[in-house]
Amino acid sequence: MNVHDFLYYIILPILSISSLLVFVRFIKGPSIVDRVVALDLLITISIGIIAIYSILSDKPTFLDISLVLALIAFLGTVAFAYYLEKRNKND
Amino acid sequence: MTDILVYITSGLGALFVLLAAIGTLRMPDQYLRISVNTKAATLGVGLLLTAAALFFLEMSVTTRVIAVIIFILITAPVGAHLIGRTSYFLGNKLWGKSVIDDLEDKYNKSTHELKGHDNEDEKDEKPKPKA
Repeated sequence: MNVHDFLYYIILPILSISSLLVFVRFIKGPSIVDRVVALDLLITISIGIIAIYSILSDKPTFLDISLVLALIAFLGTVAFAYYLEKRNKND
Repeated sequence: MTDILVYITSGLGALFVLLAAIGTLRMPDQYLRISVNTKAATLGVGLLLTAAALFFLEMSVTTRVIAVIIFILITAPVGAHLIGRTSYFLGNKLWGKSVIDDLEDKYNKSTHELKGHDNEDEKDEKPKPKA
């Protein structure tokens, strides 16, 4: 079993199962804060999947996309937090 | 040799990401969920990116991986703090078995400003600066 098989048959299924579990929380989260947190974690897991996929396909260029996704996750969380608090304040 | 390191780092990273996902699904409270998300997922994704850097062993890839890891390490606590603060101001309750709520009755509900002291008899003390 070389590195390729290990990543393909063990690591990627674990990451897929974890993103599925987070998606369950994203669907049923009682409030909107739960959904924002679950979205943040989904994007973070996708960064890990991109890192593993760049090993599998032997193309390190994919790691640039992970930087962009990290930026999007942070900006999304900050924007949601800012506007949710503002909406609450104006009521 | 580097293959063994790739096995170890990617396995540990996937394990931590799985633990973060299970914690997000199972934790009873929003604040506990935010806590699990931030710590476990940051460590897991950092280990997965480290596995990529160890596999390629090139200067350009390592630089990119270090940039992503530092960016995640900086931004994850900031985002978690902001969303936790918003969740508290939205009025979400703590879990029933939580022991202490330090922020209880210590902030202005309309302006969201933190107050140093709540009681009148402590006025002679030097007031803490507003956070």
